[in-house]
Amino acid sequence: MDVIEFAGVSKYFSRHTRKLLRGHLSDLFHRYHRERFYALKNISFRIGRGESVAVIGSNGAGKSTLLSLVAGLSKPDSGQVNVRGRVAALLELGSGFHGDLSGRENVHLNGSILGLSRKRVNELFDEIVDFAGLGEFIDQPLRTYSSGMIMRLAFAVAVNVDPDVLIVDEVLAVGDQSFQTKSFEKIVEFKRAGKTLLCVSHVTSAVQNLCDRGLWLDQGELIMDGASDEVIAAYAGGRPATR
Amino acid sequence: MLWNGDYFYLISNLILKDFRVRYRNMSLGMLWSLLNPLVMMGVLTFVFTAIFPNRSIKSPFAVFVLCGLVPYNFFSLAWSLATVSLVENTGFIKRVAMPRIVIPISTVLATCVNLGMQVGLLLVLVVVFGKGINVNWLWLPVVWGLEVVFVCGLGMICAALDVYIRDMRYVVESATLVLFWLVPIFYDFSSISPKYRDVYQYNPVAALVLASREILLDAQAPPWSLLSKLCVSSFVMLVLGYFVFRLLERRFYDYM
Repeated sequence: MDVIEFAGVSKYFSRHTRKLLRGHLSDLFHRYHRERFYALKNISFRIGRGESVAVIGSNGAGKSTLLSLVAGLSKPDSGQVNVRGRVAALLELGSGFHGDLSGRENVHLNGSILGLSRKRVNELFDEIVDFAGLGEFIDQPLRTYSSGMIMRLAFAVAVNVDPDVLIVDEVLAVGDQSFQTKSFEKIVEFKRAGKTLLCVSHVTSAVQNLCDRGLWLDQGELIMDGASDEVIAAYAGGRPATR
Repeated sequence: MLWNGDYFYLISNLILKDFRVRYRNMSLGMLWSLLNPLVMMGVLTFVFTAIFPNRSIKSPFAVFVLCGLVPYNFFSLAWSLATVSLVENTGFIKRVAMPRIVIPISTVLATCVNLGMQVGLLLVLVVVFGKGINVNWLWLPVVWGLEVVFVCGLGMICAALDVYIRDMRYVVESATLVLFWLVPIFYDFSSISPKYRDVYQYNPVAALVLASREILLDAQAPPWSLLSKLCVSSFVMLVLGYFVFRLLERRFYDYM
């Protein structure tokens, strides 16, 4: 069964930032001169249950836009995006966390955002704190944490909520060696349970170990979809000079 | 968006977050929310009893003016905080899959804690100034509840617009200043020319001020004409807010 399905998906952004009244007004009068920048162009693929997929590409290739569509944060301008099941996304260090709240308060906040009930968060709480290895720091405000500690907590919450799809963007690089090993094991266990993993990383060796399949994006186009080592090898070889 | 979690738990966590973040770093904490209306009450009482005395007002001026200040303070605070709530929580919009509509709603509800304290202060002062407790106090939760409903609706619209047009917060800022004069805070409803009175009652803040005074100072139930207008404007605003938000929500990510 397909967990993630993209059918002819395109997404564009207007080139200038129209965040001020002036911009909106000038747009009204220059409707046809609006410049569009395509972040994704006619992308189609399907990801099944239990697959682990790496999205590879240089900066600005559309990787983050693709992840935002899977996470349901934005809508495509054309085409269809279908995602089944609970999605937990680790898109940026400590997103959804607040620096003035303690680790404990942040776990509750984050758990509720991910769709858990109070009862479930209380059940999972010890496991999360234990996995994050924060000990007594859990009652300290988050702003006193190191970036590695924030990462550990965010990852611990995300994997313990038992998502059907886990999205990881570049973030695992922050943890120390022992935590990386621990999270690596957790992801392997997660894959064994038939869950789907979607990740983006520039550390190709980590991606190669974790993911079976690769999607290579370049300037918004899907230029290769295949076994991860083949895609990584091709990516390392580079595409004939396009920019 | 695929999200079928516990709305109640989510909203209560967001309210707690707002509340903790706001008060944790203040040594006087919650007392600040009482200090502001007390200072304003003092200043306005001085101006309108010692400089421009208003003889048409029968009640003690301090309580009279506080009946106007408390609804106005809540309205302007909740409205301006709700307006910026989405942009201030960009991290939630761009990085976390959650129902976004709970952000302005929880911001307004977090302000209700502040409102509760100010209402408490108001009730204490009403009793201190010898107005006594009467059975019509039971109307208070109804009219204040309608106010909260109205601000939720308005907050959803303005928060969504603020994402597209960042000037929105300055518009709201100016509007609350104008509102200070257009709501009968330091003047009486009877001093408004009859031809404007009907329109005045559609302004839910003005309606709330009038209703609060009827209940607290005159020990009367608010008239049905006033209640029905308050009810209509509040629920129309809530429904309108919901649909506007749903419509504008689609491109939030792109504008953040």
